[in-house]
Parts: sequence; structure tokens; C-alpha cells
Amino acid sequence: MSINEEVEALRRVPFFAAVDPAKIKLLAFASEQQSFAAGATIFREGDPGDAAYLLLEGEAAVMAAAPDGLHKVASIPRNAFLGEIAILCNIPRTATVVAAEPIRALKIGKDAFLQLMRDVPQIAFELMRELAVRLDETTDRLREAQARLKKAGMA
Amino acid sequence: MEDKLFTYLWRHSRAEQFRVMAVVLCSLPFYYLLLDLPKLIVNGPIQGKGFEEGAATYFGITLPGWLSGATLFEGFTYTQLQALFVLSGVFLSLVIVNGLFKLRINTMKGRMGERLLRRLRYDLVDRVLRFPPSHFRKTKPAEVASMVKDEVEPIGGFIGEAIATPLFLGGQALTALIFILVQSFWLGLVAFAVVLIQGIIIPRMRRPILALGRKRQLQARELAGRVAEICEGASDIHALDTSNYERADVSRRLGSIYDIRFEIYQRKFFVKFLNNFLAQVTPFIFYSVGGYLAIMGDLSIGQLVAVIAAYKDLPAPIKDLIDWDLQRHDVQIKYEQVIEQFNPEGLTDAALQAPADEPVPPLAGDVSAFHATIMDDSGTRLLDAVSFTFPLAAHVAFMGPPGGGKEVAAAMLARQLVPRSGTLTIGGIALASAPESLTGRRISYVTHDSFVLPHTIRENLLYGLKNQPLGSSARSAAEEAAHQARLAETIRAGNAPYDPDAQWIDFALLGCTSPDGIDAALVRVLETVLLTDDIFRLGLQGRIDADEAPELAGRILEARRDLKERLTARGTPELVEPFDVHRFNRQASIGENLLFGTPVGPAFAHAGLAENGFVIGILRETGLEERLIDLGRQIAETMLELFRDLPPDHPFFAQYSFIAADELPSFQQILQRAGRTGLTASDRARLLTLAFAYVDARHRLGLVDDSLRGAILSARALISGRLPENLKGAIAFHNAQEFNEASSVEDNILFGRVAYGVPDAQTIVSNLLFEAIKAMGLEPQVLRIGLDFQAGSAGKRLSPAQRQKLALARVLLKDPDLLIVNGALVVLDPREAREVMERVLKARKGKGVVWTLTGTSLPPAFDRALEFSGGRLPDTRAGQGEAGLTQAAK
Repeated sequence: MSINEEVEALRRVPFFAAVDPAKIKLLAFASEQQSFAAGATIFREGDPGDAAYLLLEGEAAVMAAAPDGLHKVASIPRNAFLGEIAILCNIPRTATVVAAEPIRALKIGKDAFLQLMRDVPQIAFELMRELAVRLDETTDRLREAQARLKKAGMA
Repeated sequence: MEDKLFTYLWRHSRAEQFRVMAVVLCSLPFYYLLLDLPKLIVNGPIQGKGFEEGAATYFGITLPGWLSGATLFEGFTYTQLQALFVLSGVFLSLVIVNGLFKLRINTMKGRMGERLLRRLRYDLVDRVLRFPPSHFRKTKPAEVASMVKDEVEPIGGFIGEAIATPLFLGGQALTALIFILVQSFWLGLVAFAVVLIQGIIIPRMRRPILALGRKRQLQARELAGRVAEICEGASDIHALDTSNYERADVSRRLGSIYDIRFEIYQRKFFVKFLNNFLAQVTPFIFYSVGGYLAIMGDLSIGQLVAVIAAYKDLPAPIKDLIDWDLQRHDVQIKYEQVIEQFNPEGLTDAALQAPADEPVPPLAGDVSAFHATIMDDSGTRLLDAVSFTFPLAAHVAFMGPPGGGKEVAAAMLARQLVPRSGTLTIGGIALASAPESLTGRRISYVTHDSFVLPHTIRENLLYGLKNQPLGSSARSAAEEAAHQARLAETIRAGNAPYDPDAQWIDFALLGCTSPDGIDAALVRVLETVLLTDDIFRLGLQGRIDADEAPELAGRILEARRDLKERLTARGTPELVEPFDVHRFNRQASIGENLLFGTPVGPAFAHAGLAENGFVIGILRETGLEERLIDLGRQIAETMLELFRDLPPDHPFFAQYSFIAADELPSFQQILQRAGRTGLTASDRARLLTLAFAYVDARHRLGLVDDSLRGAILSARALISGRLPENLKGAIAFHNAQEFNEASSVEDNILFGRVAYGVPDAQTIVSNLLFEAIKAMGLEPQVLRIGLDFQAGSAGKRLSPAQRQKLALARVLLKDPDLLIVNGALVVLDPREAREVMERVLKARKGKGVVWTLTGTSLPPAFDRALEFSGGRLPDTRAGQGEAGLTQAAK
């Protein structure tokens, strides 16, 4: 797959949609394409967050540790962006992600990503909007969960 | 050092000056004869005087009348023509004799001057080596270097002239003057008067020029210092945008130097004018007055010719004499100015630095300070009447806030700072008066800016052991004779007679008997400071000469096979794509694929490849040239598209771009030309260079297809098949069965390229490579290659952390009785610094360590701590180590 296809995939990411294609291409050029076999670990919980990944091909699984081993808790579809939170706020990985099937991903280094964000404030803005949406969803879910808990407590 | 140049000269070159003077005096009678002879020739054979009877007698020696007037030698009798040729012949031989005298005198003067210049420079450097360490804070290295190198140079040139020249020139002038006086009293008087004016007025007028010269020299020296400062502070100048302020400062300095220089010129040329005028006015008097006297018959024509000839020779010595006087002034001033800078207070006594006559005994007992006070230049008390005592063998932490005095105390223990008052003893020996052979060998000190020599890591480690020559180096008889001659000259010039080629390294200190055992000791200290891995990696990047170490090359080839097996066993052979002459290596660049080898020398190296006629010929023949230029054009287009809008200092340029920021515009022009007028030869070469660097697997521009790969493979075969005789050896081709001397050890083991796009491939391969090396028992050899890595100027090729570790390893190797570590690991991250500290303390169990610590908690590995604050020592804490060593401080 050549860089042009990577650019296409990147442009499908919501917060890159409005960015100048040349800049997206630059980001793709500064990134590295990696292949993971099925079952291979993309990153582990607790690892330093040094890069974000864009899934170009294949599906990944988010795993959570339980007393009896890792369990799949969610799956990440093709063309999704993952790991961006860790490089944004310098925290270790919050979950382990493995390849559910053979995967090809674009590994976007932290420095390149942050540099691009500095060059194109629009990305930061789009990212902020995206995060706000996610926060809103999370808050909704939290409220829902609280409501359910309350209900269960009353019952 | 003597503060007057002539005292210095007299003291060190008296005997030689006498010898030169003797030769000068011997030469004067011949000079007089040379002056006298023209008169004889003109008056005698030419004018026929004395040949009235057909023949005349020459060379007779008659004692003067007041000495009996007896004739000692009758002389020879010649006819007029015979006399002419004999006298002319004598004249010619006198010219030769005088020339030979001059040659001899010049040689002697030159040798004396060079010898004394050597001594002077040596004395200056000797003083630099004896400067108190604190003095270096006040001196600028560039100024000191320029004084030793440039400013004393004219002094050396003058030394040969100092005494012989005035004697010779004065003698010459006096001879000429006496000669003129003998011929004609009045003409002589005139000449004498002119000489007197020249000799008095001209030097007086030149004095201000000298004063200006002195000013110029000081300002030039300051300018050199400023330029050095600009170089040192370059990054800050950029960061603070003060380059224009620097420009202003430099302009002003250059302006005032210009003013001084121009003033000097104006005065100099006026003096020159006057001098010339005086020189020309005398002949006028000679011609008019002398001519008058000759016409009147008071003076013979021969005498007049001789006088004029003699006078022709008079201004030159006088002028030279005046110049000499000027030079004397100038040089005297230079000398005084230089000496002033090399006479700081607290210069170490030379005796303290003398080599030890016998083995230096180990120190034992207590380290003890009593009311030790250290002040800085402004009189601030950095350490205020501090007293402490601890056993030499203890591990002691110097703690407290930064600037509280712990650093100063540590430096004081290493005699980097000398207490203004109070005493400091180690094992009962007063530190202040201990010889450096004791303090430098039994005590070791390392700080954050310890010096790294521009040599190999091994030489850096061993540097601390080179305290004095221990044995002579092996030489052949001829070399030995040459060495002895050099040594004799060295001693004559008052230089140190030590032989740098001798055996300096004290192997006994390393616990080994010969140079072969050194490496084990070196590896031990590298291990202690956690530098082994770094040196190992440097070793992997190093190259070896397979002819010198065939066995090692063979084992590296085995490691190559071993690595391949390990990759296969792991089920990931694709992590390294091996070099295969019949296959295109997708992880390597197009250029690498074409060459299929490592370039040796510039012919096939990256920059020259696109201009290599042989390669271009083959590319053209295989139809690759146009395709690769087109590929280069596509790369250039993409780069322009990607990088055009970025500022030139954007980090992406350095990291990712094929084209440097400042070259983008020229590539834009190349692309425009490609569309319209066509490419020039250099355009084509530049586009080819881009194409050669392209790796499809890495850059993913999708520019390489199977047909291009096939074409590159056929070009590859042609390159190796048709390599012309003169380029044989310029490519070390890859060969699975052979060691490649042009490639690093690592590349030889890998024999391929690590695949792009496989997560962690680099790490996995590195680990397997390390395992393969260990399995082959190659670790020590790779380390040895790493030890031969050149550290670069001031160790610039090493990282700051590596430099600090290296400096610590160097003092550990000395195995001193007291090791003082004063903030020596500041650039390491705290966790690593702590680990190194613990390892050092463990390695030095039972031997003294003083370590300055920044934290507040005392690590358990220390026996005790001294806590400095405000230059004082409020209280002392005991460590949790050996209780027996803990004592209360005084």
C-alpha cells in the first residue's frame, strides 16, 4: 500500500478530515507502516505512549486484565484511530490492544503528531471537538449507570 | 621567569652569544679589507699609480714606524695587468669570505633564536601547567594559546639578533666610518654628523609608534578572546537573537584597531621619508664637497670612489641598527606583556610536580581539616573555618544545599582550591605542600566537566596512569642515535627530557604485568560505571582489518550464520532481508542495490555516485538513467509538495526530508527546467542522488515496480562485472561467505537489512545479534574494537553522559586511596546516577570515597555524611554503614 492510500485512510479520521491534504501526506510520510500477525500485541497496558496507530487493514481488540487472564472488552474496526490519548497527555497506555486478525497499521510517532498539531491548530481544534463528544458520551453513560445503580439500590 | 627580556636572554644564551660575538669580531677585519681594496685597484692598476717603473709590490707587511719599522714580508711584485687581476681576484675572494662569515653568523643566530624560542614557549606552557586551578577562571584559553603561539614568535626571531646584530652592524658602521675618516677627515665628520642625527632623531620619533603597537597588540588579543567567546556562545547567541549586538561589538573593536593601525602607518611612513631623505642628502655632500676636494687635489679620485663606496655601505647598517633598536623596544614590550600574564599568584612550585624517584607510598590514616577557609576572588568565604576528620578508608557523603560548600570542600580535598587559612592533612601529610606525584596518584578527583582527550576511549582511560616514564621504548640503533641527538638538543633548550614514546603506563597499578592484560582491567571499570553497553555498541559500529585479525573475521562470519539460525529458529527470518546478489533487497536503497557492496573511498560514496562516469555509463546502457532521473523527479515533486510550506528550521526537515530546507528552491527550479528547457548535467546528478537514496519499503511512495527491480539487478551485474582496473577495490562487494572489511562489525553479522514495517524489528534483531556474539565468545573483541573508538575533539563524538562516565572510569582505573566525586554524574538521569554510585562504592569497599550528593537523604551505602550549609558545617550525621568508622566530627 502506498502513501496515497494511507492519506485516504487518514482523511477518513474525523479530526483530519478538514486538514490540508499536503499536511496529511506529510504526516503519513513521517509515519511508519507496520504489520502485525493475528494475536500480536500492538501495545501493552502501562507501556509509555510513544505513538498512535491508524488501522489500515484488519481489526484490533482491546483487552482487559482479569484474574484469569486477558479478556476482550471491545473491538476496534478498520480505519479507526487508537492510542491518541496516551500521546496527548503523556500517560502510560490505559489498555492492552492486540491484533484480532492480521493487521496493517500506520504508526504515527508522538513527536510527529504533536508537531503537526502545532503547525495546524485546526487539528487540535478538531481533536478537541472529538474529545468533547466522547466526554459527553461518557458522561451520558455514567449518568445512565448511576441511574441504574440507584434503581438497583432502591429495589 | 625573568621579567626583562635581556636578563632572560643573557641567562639562557650567554655562551652562545659569546660565540656569535667572537665570529662577528673575526669577520670585521675582512670587512675593512673589502672596503679598502677598491681604492687600491682604482689608484693602482687602473690609474697606473706606482707602475711608473713597470711593476709594483703588493702584500708587503711592514711594521709601523713606532714599532721599529722593520719589514716582515717583502711582498710580491706584479706588472700593471697582473696586479689588476690579482687584486680583483683578492677582491672576489674577500667577497666570498665575507659572505661565508655572514652565512655562519646567520646560522648561529638562527639556531640560537630557535633554541631560545623553544625554551621560552616551553617555559610558558610549563607555567600554564603550574597555574593554580582557580587561575583558569580568569584566563581565556584562546588568549593564552595565541600568546604562546603567535606573540612570542617575533621574540624568537629577535633573540638571535639581540646581541650579535648591534655588534655586527655597529662594527660594520664603525669600520666604514673609520675608513671614511682615514680617507678624509672632513667627509668623515659629515658622515658622522648625519649618522648621529639618524641615530638620535629617528628612534625618538618611533617611540610613539611602539606605544601604539602595544595598544594594537592588546586590542588584537582581546579581539581573539571575543571571537572565541562568540564561537563558544554560538547557540545562545542564536537563541537570544543577539547576533547583531555581537556584530556591533566586533565592529567597534575592529574600528579601534583600524584607527590604531592607520595612525601607525601615518607615523611610520613619515619616519621612513625622513630617514630616506637623510640617507640621500649625504651623497649630495660627498659628490659636491668630495668632488671639490678631488678637483682641488686634496683627495685622490681613488679615495673619493672608496669613500663613496664605503658610504654606500654606511646607511644600511645604520638603518638596520635603528630597526634593531625599534625591534628591541617592541619585543621587550611584547615579552613583558606576555610574562605578566604567566605570573599569577599561587603558581605551583616546580618541585612539587617533579616525577617521583621512588614508588609513591599509599596514604593511610585520617582525612582532617582544621579551620579551613576558602575565599573567592571577591573575598567571599566559600568555606568558613571548617573542621572535620574522617578515616581515609570511609565512604563519606558531602551533602547540603547547592552552594552550601560541599562542592568547595570536595575541590579543596583534591587541592583544586587552596585554603586561605587553616590546615588540611591526609594521613598526617599536609596537603598544601605534598608533591603532585602523591596527590595526583593517591587521590583522584572527578567533576562534571572533566576533560576528554581527542583520542580513543582506551587512551582516555589510560591517560590517568601516565604519571612518569617507567621504561624506555625499544629503538633500532639508528633510531636511538637520532633520539639521543634530539634529546641533547632538548636539554640544551631547557625542555623536559621525558620521552613521550617511553612506557608511561603503570601496569602494576592495573594488577597486570604486560600491556596484554590491560583490557580486563578496562572492562572492569567500564562495567562499574555502566558504560560497557555503550562501548559494545560503538564496537559494533567499528571496523576491523581482516588481514590483521583473520581469526576474528572468521568468528564474525560464524556469528553471521548463527544470527541467521536464530532468526529462523524464532520463526521470523523475514526480520532481516539478507543480501542476495540475484535479488533486489527491498529494505535497502536503490543506490545500495545497484552497488551491492560498501563503497571504499569517495568514488562510489553516496555523494559521488551520481557523478561516477562508470556507473552513469552502465545506467545509460541499461536504460535506467532516464527512469531513475524520472524517479528522482517524482521524489523531488513529493518533497516540494510536502515541505514547501514548512519553515526552514522545522524539525521534519532533518528527520524526514530527502532535501535540505535551503535546497528546496533549487529543486523547484530543476523541476521547472525539467518541464521546459531540459535538465542540465548537474540537475540530472542531483535527481539521481535523490533516487539512489530511496527505499520503497520505508518511504512508501510506490515508485519501484518489478521491471525497475529487474533493470537494477542487471545493472548491478554489469557494475561488478565490468569494474575498471582503477576502481577495483573501491567497492567491497557483499559476499555471504566473506568478511567485508569496509563494513562495520554489526553489518558484517547482519549481512542484510532489518525489515521496515515489522513492529520492534530493530530491538528484536539487536537482541538476537547480541546473543549470537555472546555465543561466539566475541564479546571481548567487540568491546576492544569499541575501546578503539575515537572520542573526537573534547569527546564530542560521545554523549555527555558517556563523557562523564568515561571520566569516572578513568579515575577508578587509578585505584586511588581517596576518590573524590564532585557532581561528576550530573547529566545522568538520577536513577542511573544512583546505580553507578552504588556500584562504585561497592567496588571501592575499604577504600576512601568522598561523594557530593544533592538530595537530603543519605543513602545507606555511605558510612557518614558531612552536611555543609552556608560554607559551614553545622552538624554531622552518621550513616547506617559500618558503625566502627563513624566518629563525631570536631
